[in-house]
Amino acid sequence: MTYVVVGTGPAGVVAAETLCQIDPANQVMLVGDEPEPPYSRMAIPYLLIKNIDEQGTYLRKDPEHFGNSIKHLYGIAQSVDAESKILHLADGQRMNYKALLVATGSKPILPPVPGIDGERVTTCWTLEDARKITATLSPGASVLLIGAGFIGCIILEALVSSGANLTVVEMGDRMVPRMLNQTSGELLKQWCEEKGVNVMTSAQVESIEHHPDKSIVNISDNRQVEAELVISAAGVRSNADFLDGTGVELKNGAVAVDRHMCSSIPGIYAAGDAACGLDFSTGDYSVQAVQPTAVEHGRIAAANMVKHGSVLHQGCINMNVLDTIGLISVSYGNWQGVAGGDHTSLLDRDRFRYINLQFSEDTLIGANTLGMTQHVGILRGLIQGQFKLGKWKQRLVDNPLLIMEAYLAATQGA
Amino acid sequence: MLRSLNINPDKCTGCLQCEMACSFENEGVFNPAKSRIKIFTFHDEGRFVPYTCTQCDEAWCLHACPVEAIKMNKETGAMEVLDAVCVGCKVCTIACPFGTVNYNQTTGKVIKCDLCGGDPQCAAACPTEAITYVDADATGLEKMRAWASKTDNQAHAN
Repeated sequence: MTYVVVGTGPAGVVAAETLCQIDPANQVMLVGDEPEPPYSRMAIPYLLIKNIDEQGTYLRKDPEHFGNSIKHLYGIAQSVDAESKILHLADGQRMNYKALLVATGSKPILPPVPGIDGERVTTCWTLEDARKITATLSPGASVLLIGAGFIGCIILEALVSSGANLTVVEMGDRMVPRMLNQTSGELLKQWCEEKGVNVMTSAQVESIEHHPDKSIVNISDNRQVEAELVISAAGVRSNADFLDGTGVELKNGAVAVDRHMCSSIPGIYAAGDAACGLDFSTGDYSVQAVQPTAVEHGRIAAANMVKHGSVLHQGCINMNVLDTIGLISVSYGNWQGVAGGDHTSLLDRDRFRYINLQFSEDTLIGANTLGMTQHVGILRGLIQGQFKLGKWKQRLVDNPLLIMEAYLAATQGA
Repeated sequence: MLRSLNINPDKCTGCLQCEMACSFENEGVFNPAKSRIKIFTFHDEGRFVPYTCTQCDEAWCLHACPVEAIKMNKETGAMEVLDAVCVGCKVCTIACPFGTVNYNQTTGKVIKCDLCGGDPQCAAACPTEAITYVDADATGLEKMRAWASKTDNQAHAN
Protein backbone atom coordinates (compact mmCIF):
# COMPACT_ATOMS: atom_id res chain seq x y z
CA MET A 1 0.00 0.00 0.00
CA THR A 2 1.04 3.54 -0.69
CA TYR A 3 1.15 6.76 1.26
CA VAL A 4 0.21 9.74 -0.87
CA VAL A 5 1.44 13.19 0.10
CA VAL A 6 0.00 16.11 -1.87
CA GLY A 7 2.23 19.16 -1.77
CA THR A 8 6.01 19.51 -2.01
CA GLY A 9 6.67 22.30 0.46
CA PRO A 10 8.38 21.71 3.82
CA ALA A 11 5.31 20.01 5.37
CA GLY A 12 4.97 17.54 2.49
CA VAL A 13 8.67 16.80 2.13
CA VAL A 14 9.29 16.33 5.86
CA ALA A 15 6.19 14.12 6.10
CA ALA A 16 7.35 12.00 3.15
CA GLU A 17 10.80 11.58 4.71
CA THR A 18 9.32 10.69 8.10
CA LEU A 19 6.98 8.14 6.51
CA CYS A 20 9.96 6.58 4.76
CA GLN A 21 11.95 6.44 7.98
CA ILE A 22 9.36 4.81 10.19
CA ASP A 23 7.65 2.62 7.59
CA PRO A 24 10.25 1.83 4.92
CA ALA A 25 8.22 -1.13 3.63
CA ASN A 26 5.64 1.12 2.00
CA GLN A 27 6.00 3.42 -0.99
CA VAL A 28 5.57 7.19 -0.57
CA MET A 29 4.22 9.20 -3.49
CA LEU A 30 4.89 12.93 -3.31
CA VAL A 31 2.68 14.90 -5.67
CA GLY A 32 3.46 18.52 -6.53
CA ASP A 33 1.73 20.95 -8.86
CA GLU A 34 4.77 22.97 -9.87
CA PRO A 35 7.22 21.76 -12.51
CA GLU A 36 10.23 22.16 -10.17
CA PRO A 37 12.07 20.08 -7.62
CA PRO A 38 10.67 20.73 -4.12
CA TYR A 39 11.85 24.20 -3.11
CA SER A 40 11.48 26.69 -0.29
CA ARG A 41 9.41 29.81 -0.75
CA MET A 42 11.33 31.17 2.26
CA ALA A 43 14.42 31.29 0.05
CA ILE A 44 12.87 33.32 -2.78
CA PRO A 45 13.84 36.73 -1.34
CA TYR A 46 17.48 35.58 -1.36
CA LEU A 47 17.11 34.44 -4.96
CA LEU A 48 15.74 37.87 -5.87
CA ILE A 49 18.78 39.60 -4.36
CA LYS A 50 20.95 37.06 -6.23
CA ASN A 51 22.59 35.65 -3.09
CA ILE A 52 21.66 32.22 -4.35
CA ASP A 53 20.64 30.60 -7.61
CA GLU A 54 17.45 28.57 -8.07
CA GLN A 55 19.17 25.45 -6.85
CA GLY A 56 19.85 27.28 -3.60
CA THR A 57 16.12 27.34 -2.94
CA TYR A 58 15.74 23.55 -3.23
CA LEU A 59 14.62 21.85 -0.04
CA ARG A 60 16.94 18.91 -0.70
CA LYS A 61 20.15 19.36 -2.64
CA ASP A 62 20.79 15.76 -3.68
CA PRO A 63 19.08 15.21 -7.07
CA GLU A 64 18.67 11.53 -6.16
CA HIS A 65 16.88 12.36 -2.92
CA PHE A 66 13.44 11.89 -4.41
CA GLY A 67 14.14 8.67 -6.23
CA ASN A 68 13.03 5.31 -5.06
CA SER A 69 11.47 5.28 -1.63
CA ILE A 70 9.95 8.73 -2.10
CA LYS A 71 8.64 9.13 -5.60
CA HIS A 72 8.14 12.75 -6.60
CA LEU A 73 5.74 13.31 -9.46
CA TYR A 74 4.08 16.27 -11.10
CA GLY A 75 0.32 16.37 -10.81
CA ILE A 76 -2.60 18.55 -9.86
CA ALA A 77 -4.89 17.06 -7.24
CA GLN A 78 -8.46 17.32 -8.49
CA SER A 79 -10.68 15.31 -6.18
CA VAL A 80 -10.67 12.62 -3.55
CA ASP A 81 -12.87 9.57 -3.30
CA ALA A 82 -12.64 9.10 0.45
CA GLU A 83 -14.78 5.96 0.44
CA SER A 84 -12.48 4.05 -1.95
CA LYS A 85 -9.35 5.93 -0.81
CA ILE A 86 -8.44 7.20 -4.26
CA LEU A 87 -6.87 10.54 -5.20
CA HIS A 88 -7.77 11.77 -8.68
CA LEU A 89 -5.30 13.96 -10.53
CA ALA A 90 -6.25 16.49 -13.21
CA ASP A 91 -4.55 14.41 -15.94
CA GLY A 92 -6.82 11.46 -15.17
CA GLN A 93 -4.36 9.50 -13.02
CA ARG A 94 -5.84 7.67 -10.05
CA MET A 95 -3.77 7.01 -6.97
CA ASN A 96 -4.82 4.52 -4.32
CA TYR A 97 -3.70 5.47 -0.87
CA LYS A 98 -3.33 3.84 2.52
CA ALA A 99 -3.27 7.30 4.07
CA LEU A 100 -3.42 10.70 2.36
CA LEU A 101 -1.67 13.86 3.51
CA VAL A 102 -2.98 17.23 2.39
CA ALA A 103 0.11 19.43 2.46
CA THR A 104 -1.00 21.67 -0.37
CA GLY A 105 0.04 24.90 1.31
CA SER A 106 -1.57 28.17 0.43
CA LYS A 107 -1.82 30.59 -2.45
CA PRO A 108 -1.89 34.36 -2.73
CA ILE A 109 -5.19 36.19 -2.51
CA LEU A 110 -5.58 38.91 -5.13
CA PRO A 111 -7.45 41.99 -3.91
CA PRO A 112 -10.68 42.26 -5.90
CA VAL A 113 -9.97 45.52 -7.68
CA PRO A 114 -10.34 46.41 -11.38
CA GLY A 115 -7.14 45.79 -13.31
CA ILE A 116 -5.66 43.26 -10.87
CA ASP A 117 -5.64 40.65 -13.66
CA GLY A 118 -3.44 42.84 -15.89
CA GLU A 119 -0.14 41.63 -17.32
CA ARG A 120 1.95 44.02 -15.23
CA VAL A 121 0.57 42.56 -12.01
CA THR A 122 2.28 39.59 -10.41
CA THR A 123 2.34 37.81 -7.10
CA CYS A 124 5.60 36.86 -5.39
CA TRP A 125 4.97 33.29 -4.34
CA THR A 126 6.51 30.79 -6.75
CA LEU A 127 9.84 30.38 -8.54
CA GLU A 128 7.98 31.32 -11.73
CA ASP A 129 6.86 34.58 -10.07
CA ALA A 130 10.46 35.24 -9.01
CA ARG A 131 11.64 34.79 -12.62
CA LYS A 132 9.07 37.29 -13.82
CA ILE A 133 10.01 39.84 -11.16
CA THR A 134 13.74 39.45 -11.86
CA ALA A 135 13.16 39.97 -15.57
CA THR A 136 11.20 43.17 -14.96
CA LEU A 137 13.25 44.84 -12.23
CA SER A 138 15.69 47.45 -13.43
CA PRO A 139 17.27 50.56 -11.94
CA GLY A 140 14.75 53.40 -11.97
CA ALA A 141 11.77 51.15 -12.67
CA SER A 142 8.64 52.15 -10.76
CA VAL A 143 7.32 49.32 -8.65
CA LEU A 144 4.15 49.30 -6.58
CA LEU A 145 3.82 46.70 -3.87
CA ILE A 146 0.34 45.88 -2.57
CA GLY A 147 0.63 44.75 1.04
CA ALA A 148 3.24 45.32 3.75
CA GLY A 149 2.72 41.94 5.36
CA PHE A 150 5.37 39.29 5.80
CA ILE A 151 5.89 38.54 2.10
CA GLY A 152 5.78 42.20 1.09
CA CYS A 153 8.37 43.16 3.69
CA ILE A 154 10.76 40.30 3.09
CA ILE A 155 11.10 41.13 -0.63
CA LEU A 156 11.56 44.86 -0.01
CA GLU A 157 15.33 44.52 0.13
CA ALA A 158 15.43 42.93 -3.31
CA LEU A 159 13.21 45.65 -4.73
CA VAL A 160 15.18 48.49 -3.11
CA SER A 161 18.57 47.08 -4.08
CA SER A 162 17.49 46.76 -7.71
CA GLY A 163 17.26 50.55 -7.76
CA ALA A 164 13.53 50.58 -8.29
CA ASN A 165 11.34 53.49 -7.19
CA LEU A 166 9.18 51.77 -4.68
CA THR A 167 5.74 52.48 -3.25
CA VAL A 168 4.09 50.20 -0.71
CA VAL A 169 0.35 50.31 -0.07
CA GLU A 170 -0.85 48.65 3.13
CA MET A 171 -4.45 48.44 4.35
CA GLY A 172 -3.47 48.21 8.02
CA ASP A 173 -2.42 51.20 10.10
CA ARG A 174 1.19 49.96 10.35
CA MET A 175 3.55 47.55 8.69
CA VAL A 176 3.08 43.78 9.22
CA PRO A 177 -0.01 44.31 11.40
CA ARG A 178 -0.47 40.56 11.87
CA MET A 179 2.98 40.14 13.35
CA LEU A 180 4.08 43.45 14.87
CA ASN A 181 2.45 45.64 17.50
CA GLN A 182 1.83 49.37 17.04
CA THR A 183 5.27 50.53 18.19
CA SER A 184 7.32 48.05 16.17
CA GLY A 185 5.05 48.27 13.10
CA GLU A 186 5.36 52.07 13.05
CA LEU A 187 9.10 51.96 13.65
CA LEU A 188 9.51 49.55 10.75
CA LYS A 189 7.59 51.99 8.55
CA GLN A 190 9.97 54.77 9.55
CA TRP A 191 12.95 52.50 8.80
CA CYS A 192 11.62 51.81 5.29
CA GLU A 193 10.92 55.47 4.64
CA GLU A 194 14.50 56.31 5.63
CA LYS A 195 15.63 53.75 3.04
CA GLY A 196 13.75 55.68 0.38
CA VAL A 197 10.57 53.60 0.21
CA ASN A 198 7.27 55.42 -0.08
CA VAL A 199 5.04 53.67 2.46
CA MET A 200 1.29 54.34 2.58
CA THR A 201 -0.50 52.76 5.52
CA SER A 202 -4.29 52.76 6.10
CA ALA A 203 -4.44 52.92 2.32
CA GLN A 204 -6.12 50.79 -0.31
CA VAL A 205 -5.54 50.18 -3.99
CA GLU A 206 -8.87 50.97 -5.68
CA SER A 207 -8.08 50.20 -9.30
CA ILE A 208 -5.22 49.67 -11.72
CA GLU A 209 -5.39 51.22 -15.21
CA HIS A 210 -3.15 49.57 -17.76
CA HIS A 211 -1.60 51.67 -20.54
CA PRO A 212 0.88 50.53 -23.21
CA ASP A 213 3.97 51.89 -21.41
CA LYS A 214 2.88 51.89 -17.77
CA SER A 215 0.08 51.28 -15.32
CA ILE A 216 -1.61 53.86 -13.16
CA VAL A 217 -2.57 52.69 -9.70
CA ASN A 218 -5.42 54.57 -8.04
CA ILE A 219 -5.14 54.59 -4.27
CA SER A 220 -7.62 55.73 -1.61
CA ASP A 221 -7.77 59.49 -0.82
CA ASN A 222 -7.38 60.31 -4.52
CA ARG A 223 -3.74 59.30 -4.76
CA GLN A 224 -2.18 58.02 -8.00
CA VAL A 225 1.09 56.21 -8.57
CA GLU A 226 2.61 55.17 -11.89
CA ALA A 227 4.09 51.70 -12.01
CA GLU A 228 5.89 49.46 -14.48
CA LEU A 229 5.42 46.51 -12.17
CA VAL A 230 2.74 45.84 -9.57
CA ILE A 231 3.47 43.12 -7.03
CA SER A 232 0.50 41.85 -5.09
CA ALA A 233 1.32 40.47 -1.65
CA ALA A 234 -2.05 40.90 0.00
CA GLY A 235 -2.23 37.68 1.99
CA VAL A 236 -2.70 34.00 1.29
CA ARG A 237 -5.36 31.35 1.71
CA SER A 238 -5.14 27.59 2.08
CA ASN A 239 -5.36 25.28 -0.93
CA ALA A 240 -8.14 22.89 -0.05
CA ASP A 241 -10.58 23.27 -2.94
CA PHE A 242 -9.88 19.79 -4.29
CA LEU A 243 -11.42 18.32 -1.14
CA ASP A 244 -14.89 19.65 -2.04
CA GLY A 245 -17.41 16.86 -1.83
CA THR A 246 -15.29 14.61 0.38
CA GLY A 247 -16.97 15.70 3.59
CA VAL A 248 -13.62 16.85 4.97
CA GLU A 249 -14.42 19.60 7.44
CA LEU A 250 -12.74 22.96 6.87
CA LYS A 251 -11.97 25.72 9.33
CA ASN A 252 -10.70 29.16 8.30
CA GLY A 253 -10.51 27.77 4.77
CA ALA A 254 -8.07 25.02 5.80
CA VAL A 255 -8.50 21.38 6.78
CA ALA A 256 -9.70 21.18 10.38
CA VAL A 257 -7.38 18.64 12.03
CA ASP A 258 -7.38 17.02 15.44
CA ARG A 259 -4.31 16.53 17.61
CA HIS A 260 -3.23 13.61 15.42
CA MET A 261 -3.32 15.92 12.39
CA CYS A 262 -6.25 13.86 11.11
CA SER A 263 -9.18 15.48 9.32
CA SER A 264 -12.82 14.67 9.97
CA ILE A 265 -12.41 11.75 7.52
CA PRO A 266 -10.25 8.84 8.75
CA GLY A 267 -7.23 8.27 6.52
CA ILE A 268 -7.03 11.90 5.40
CA TYR A 269 -4.49 14.02 7.27
CA ALA A 270 -3.32 17.60 6.78
CA ALA A 271 -0.19 19.61 7.62
CA GLY A 272 1.32 23.06 7.17
CA ASP A 273 -0.54 25.99 5.65
CA ALA A 274 -3.35 23.67 4.51
CA ALA A 275 -4.09 22.61 8.08
CA CYS A 276 -5.96 24.45 10.81
CA GLY A 277 -4.04 22.99 13.73
CA LEU A 278 -3.66 23.44 17.46
CA ASP A 279 -2.04 26.68 18.59
CA PHE A 280 0.08 26.22 21.73
CA SER A 281 -0.53 29.74 23.00
CA THR A 282 -4.26 30.11 22.50
CA GLY A 283 -5.41 26.49 22.82
CA ASP A 284 -7.49 27.23 19.75
CA TYR A 285 -7.10 25.94 16.21
CA SER A 286 -5.65 28.26 13.57
CA VAL A 287 -3.65 28.46 10.36
CA GLN A 288 -0.21 29.73 11.33
CA ALA A 289 1.34 29.51 7.87
CA VAL A 290 4.96 29.50 9.07
CA GLN A 291 7.87 27.20 8.29
CA PRO A 292 8.55 25.70 11.77
CA THR A 293 4.86 24.83 12.12
CA ALA A 294 4.81 23.19 8.69
CA VAL A 295 7.76 21.00 9.64
CA GLU A 296 6.28 19.98 12.99
CA HIS A 297 2.93 19.24 11.40
CA GLY A 298 4.62 17.12 8.76
CA ARG A 299 6.47 14.97 11.27
CA ILE A 300 3.46 14.45 13.53
CA ALA A 301 1.07 13.75 10.67
CA ALA A 302 3.45 11.15 9.20
CA ALA A 303 3.76 9.28 12.51
CA ASN A 304 -0.01 9.12 12.79
CA MET A 305 -0.43 8.07 9.16
CA VAL A 306 1.73 5.02 9.94
CA LYS A 307 0.13 4.30 13.30
CA HIS A 308 -2.90 6.37 14.12
CA GLY A 309 -2.79 7.69 17.66
CA SER A 310 0.97 7.26 18.04
CA VAL A 311 1.86 10.93 18.46
CA LEU A 312 -0.25 13.66 20.00
CA HIS A 313 0.33 17.23 18.84
CA GLN A 314 1.00 19.60 21.74
CA GLY A 315 0.30 22.67 19.65
CA CYS A 316 2.67 24.91 17.73
CA ILE A 317 3.87 28.29 18.91
CA ASN A 318 3.27 30.89 16.27
CA MET A 319 6.66 32.45 15.50
CA ASN A 320 8.02 34.68 12.82
CA VAL A 321 11.30 36.28 11.90
CA LEU A 322 11.44 38.91 9.22
CA ASP A 323 14.29 40.86 7.65
CA THR A 324 13.07 44.12 6.13
CA ILE A 325 15.94 45.85 4.34
CA GLY A 326 18.23 44.79 7.18
CA LEU A 327 15.95 45.48 10.15
CA ILE A 328 15.13 42.20 11.82
CA SER A 329 11.81 41.74 13.57
CA VAL A 330 10.55 38.76 15.55
CA SER A 331 7.22 37.73 16.99
CA TYR A 332 6.29 34.88 19.29
CA GLY A 333 3.08 33.47 20.68
CA ASN A 334 0.64 35.90 22.24
CA TRP A 335 2.62 39.01 21.25
CA GLN A 336 -0.62 41.00 21.42
CA GLY A 337 -0.96 40.08 25.11
CA VAL A 338 -3.94 38.55 26.87
CA ALA A 339 -6.71 39.91 29.05
CA GLY A 340 -5.52 40.21 32.63
CA GLY A 341 -1.88 39.91 31.56
CA ASP A 342 0.78 42.58 31.71
CA HIS A 343 3.78 43.61 29.68
CA THR A 344 7.08 45.40 29.65
CA SER A 345 9.07 47.00 26.88
CA LEU A 346 12.28 48.80 26.09
CA LEU A 347 12.64 51.13 23.13
CA ASP A 348 15.66 52.79 21.54
CA ARG A 349 13.94 54.69 18.76
CA ASP A 350 17.12 56.18 17.26
CA ARG A 351 18.74 52.77 16.82
CA PHE A 352 15.52 50.95 15.86
CA ARG A 353 15.83 48.60 18.81
CA TYR A 354 12.78 47.35 20.62
CA ILE A 355 11.66 44.51 22.82
CA ASN A 356 8.20 43.89 24.19
CA LEU A 357 7.45 41.00 26.53
CA GLN A 358 3.93 39.82 27.39
CA PHE A 359 3.20 37.95 30.59
CA SER A 360 0.35 36.06 32.15
CA GLU A 361 1.07 36.25 35.88
CA ASP A 362 4.77 35.31 36.08
CA THR A 363 4.95 33.32 32.83
CA LEU A 364 6.15 34.70 29.51
CA ILE A 365 3.50 34.16 26.82
CA GLY A 366 4.58 36.31 23.88
CA ALA A 367 7.10 38.78 22.53
CA ASN A 368 7.95 41.24 19.77
CA THR A 369 11.48 42.39 19.02
CA LEU A 370 13.14 44.73 16.54
CA GLY A 371 16.86 44.73 15.78
CA MET A 372 17.63 41.75 18.00
CA THR A 373 19.77 38.89 16.63
CA GLN A 374 21.41 37.35 19.68
CA HIS A 375 19.80 34.53 21.72
CA VAL A 376 16.37 35.42 20.38
CA GLY A 377 15.31 31.74 20.39
CA ILE A 378 15.36 31.76 24.17
CA LEU A 379 12.03 33.56 23.97
CA ARG A 380 10.61 30.34 22.54
CA GLY A 381 12.26 28.34 25.32
CA LEU A 382 10.75 30.59 27.98
CA ILE A 383 7.28 30.62 26.41
CA GLN A 384 7.06 26.93 25.56
CA GLY A 385 8.67 25.84 28.83
CA GLN A 386 5.93 27.82 30.63
CA PHE A 387 8.46 28.56 33.35
CA LYS A 388 7.29 30.35 36.48
CA LEU A 389 9.68 33.27 36.56
CA GLY A 390 9.26 34.15 40.23
CA LYS A 391 11.52 37.07 41.18
CA TRP A 392 12.84 37.14 37.60
CA LYS A 393 9.50 38.46 36.42
CA GLN A 394 10.22 41.79 38.14
CA ARG A 395 13.81 41.74 36.92
CA LEU A 396 12.50 41.35 33.36
CA VAL A 397 9.96 44.10 33.87
CA ASP A 398 12.85 46.34 34.95
CA ASN A 399 15.13 45.15 32.14
CA PRO A 400 13.53 43.04 29.39
CA LEU A 401 16.97 42.32 27.90
CA LEU A 402 17.73 39.87 30.72
CA ILE A 403 15.87 37.06 28.94
CA MET A 404 18.88 34.73 28.84
CA GLU A 405 19.57 35.25 32.52
CA ALA A 406 15.91 34.63 33.34
CA TYR A 407 16.02 31.40 31.37
CA LEU A 408 19.18 30.18 33.09
CA ALA A 409 17.69 31.02 36.45
CA ALA A 410 14.53 29.09 35.61
CA THR A 411 16.31 26.03 34.25
CA GLN A 412 19.53 25.83 36.25
CA GLY A 413 18.63 27.75 39.36
CA ALA A 414 21.43 30.12 38.43
CA MET B 1 33.14 7.58 21.49
CA LEU B 2 30.93 10.66 21.29
CA ARG B 3 32.18 13.52 23.39
CA SER B 4 30.38 16.60 24.56
CA LEU B 5 31.02 19.84 26.35
CA ASN B 6 30.53 19.53 30.08
CA ILE B 7 29.85 22.82 31.77
CA ASN B 8 30.24 23.32 35.48
CA PRO B 9 29.20 26.88 36.36
CA ASP B 10 30.45 26.50 39.94
CA LYS B 11 34.02 26.49 38.61
CA CYS B 12 33.59 29.50 36.30
CA THR B 13 35.36 32.68 37.35
CA GLY B 14 34.01 34.79 34.50
CA CYS B 15 37.44 35.33 32.93
CA LEU B 16 35.99 35.14 29.38
CA GLN B 17 39.01 33.22 28.00
CA CYS B 18 36.52 30.82 26.41
CA GLU B 19 34.78 33.64 24.55
CA MET B 20 38.10 34.98 23.29
CA ALA B 21 39.23 31.53 22.16
CA CYS B 22 35.95 30.82 20.41
CA SER B 23 35.93 34.13 18.62
CA PHE B 24 39.56 33.74 17.53
CA GLU B 25 39.08 30.16 16.34
CA ASN B 26 35.91 30.86 14.38
CA GLU B 27 36.09 34.52 13.39
CA GLY B 28 39.83 35.21 13.46
CA VAL B 29 39.50 38.06 15.96
CA PHE B 30 39.61 38.37 19.73
CA ASN B 31 36.10 39.70 20.18
CA PRO B 32 33.83 38.20 22.84
CA ALA B 33 30.82 39.65 21.01
CA LYS B 34 31.51 37.15 18.21
CA SER B 35 31.82 34.13 20.48
CA ARG B 36 29.47 31.17 20.21
CA ILE B 37 29.84 30.43 23.89
CA LYS B 38 28.68 33.13 26.27
CA ILE B 39 29.26 33.75 29.95
CA PHE B 40 26.21 35.11 31.71
CA THR B 41 26.86 37.09 34.84
CA PHE B 42 24.58 37.03 37.86
CA HIS B 43 25.79 39.96 39.90
CA ASP B 44 23.36 39.54 42.75
CA GLU B 45 24.14 35.86 43.13
CA GLY B 46 27.87 36.24 42.46
CA ARG B 47 27.74 33.59 39.80
CA PHE B 48 28.93 33.07 36.22
CA VAL B 49 27.26 30.63 33.84
CA PRO B 50 28.92 29.53 30.58
CA TYR B 51 26.31 28.69 27.98
CA THR B 52 26.34 27.29 24.49
CA CYS B 53 24.62 24.75 22.23
CA THR B 54 24.23 21.22 23.69
CA GLN B 55 23.92 19.67 20.19
CA CYS B 56 20.50 18.46 21.32
CA ASP B 57 18.81 15.37 19.89
CA GLU B 58 15.78 17.38 18.83
CA ALA B 59 17.99 19.52 16.59
CA TRP B 60 15.30 22.15 16.18
CA CYS B 61 17.66 24.25 14.07
CA LEU B 62 18.38 21.43 11.65
CA HIS B 63 14.73 20.53 11.19
CA ALA B 64 13.56 24.12 10.84
CA CYS B 65 16.10 24.95 8.11
CA PRO B 66 14.28 25.20 4.79
CA VAL B 67 17.35 24.62 2.62
CA GLU B 68 19.31 21.82 4.34
CA ALA B 69 22.05 24.17 5.51
CA ILE B 70 22.42 22.55 8.95
CA LYS B 71 23.77 19.02 9.06
CA MET B 72 24.96 16.70 11.75
CA ASN B 73 28.66 15.89 11.78
CA LYS B 74 28.61 12.14 12.37
CA GLU B 75 32.10 12.18 13.91
CA THR B 76 31.39 14.78 16.57
CA GLY B 77 27.61 14.77 16.80
CA ALA B 78 27.62 18.55 16.28
CA MET B 79 24.99 20.31 14.19
CA GLU B 80 27.02 22.33 11.73
CA VAL B 81 25.97 25.30 9.60
CA LEU B 82 27.04 24.95 5.98
CA ASP B 83 27.91 28.55 5.11
CA ALA B 84 27.70 28.00 1.38
CA VAL B 85 24.12 26.75 1.67
CA CYS B 86 22.71 29.01 4.42
CA VAL B 87 20.60 31.76 2.83
CA GLY B 88 20.33 33.74 6.07
CA CYS B 89 16.57 33.34 6.56
CA LYS B 90 17.04 33.09 10.37
CA VAL B 91 14.25 30.58 10.91
CA CYS B 92 16.66 28.41 12.92
CA THR B 93 17.40 31.35 15.25
CA ILE B 94 13.77 31.51 16.36
CA ALA B 95 13.20 27.74 16.25
CA CYS B 96 16.06 26.91 18.66
CA PRO B 97 14.46 27.13 22.12
CA PHE B 98 17.90 27.45 23.72
CA GLY B 99 18.77 30.65 21.90
CA THR B 100 22.09 29.24 20.73
CA VAL B 101 21.84 29.94 17.00
CA ASN B 102 22.55 33.58 16.21
CA TYR B 103 22.42 35.66 13.07
CA ASN B 104 25.62 37.38 11.98
CA GLN B 105 24.57 40.53 10.18
CA THR B 106 28.07 41.04 8.74
CA THR B 107 28.09 37.76 6.84
CA GLY B 108 24.34 37.33 6.39
CA LYS B 109 24.60 33.78 7.76
CA VAL B 110 23.80 32.15 11.07
CA ILE B 111 26.44 30.90 13.49
CA LYS B 112 26.37 28.26 16.19
CA CYS B 113 28.76 26.08 18.15
CA ASP B 114 30.22 23.28 16.01
CA LEU B 115 32.55 21.89 18.71
CA CYS B 116 35.42 23.27 16.58
CA GLY B 117 35.29 20.04 14.59
CA GLY B 118 36.12 17.95 17.66
CA ASP B 119 38.66 20.14 19.44
CA PRO B 120 36.62 22.82 21.18
CA GLN B 121 38.82 25.81 21.90
CA CYS B 122 36.64 27.07 24.75
CA ALA B 123 37.45 23.94 26.74
CA ALA B 124 41.13 24.18 25.83
CA ALA B 125 41.24 27.80 27.00
CA CYS B 126 39.33 27.38 30.26
CA PRO B 127 41.83 27.64 33.13
CA THR B 128 39.52 26.22 35.81
CA GLU B 129 37.94 23.23 34.04
CA ALA B 130 34.55 24.88 34.16
CA ILE B 131 34.31 23.79 30.52
CA THR B 132 35.62 20.34 29.65
CA TYR B 133 35.21 18.12 26.60
CA VAL B 134 34.59 14.60 27.82
CA ASP B 135 32.87 11.29 27.12
CA ALA B 136 29.23 12.15 26.49
CA ASP B 137 27.97 9.42 28.81
CA ALA B 138 29.96 10.76 31.73
CA THR B 139 28.67 14.31 31.47
CA GLY B 140 25.57 15.98 32.67
CA LEU B 141 24.52 15.81 29.05
CA GLU B 142 21.40 13.90 29.89
CA LYS B 143 20.48 16.53 32.43
CA MET B 144 21.11 19.27 29.92
CA ARG B 145 19.04 17.48 27.36
CA ALA B 146 16.23 17.05 29.85
CA TRP B 147 15.58 20.77 29.48
CA ALA B 148 14.86 20.04 25.89
CA SER B 149 11.98 17.80 26.88
CA LYS B 150 10.29 20.78 28.47
CA THR B 151 9.99 22.30 25.06
CA ASP B 152 9.38 19.03 23.23
CA ASN B 153 6.33 19.48 21.11
CA GLN B 154 5.74 15.82 20.55
CA ALA B 155 4.53 14.10 23.68
CA HIS B 156 4.15 10.46 22.89
CA ALA B 157 0.79 8.99 23.70
CA ASN B 158 2.25 5.78 25.10
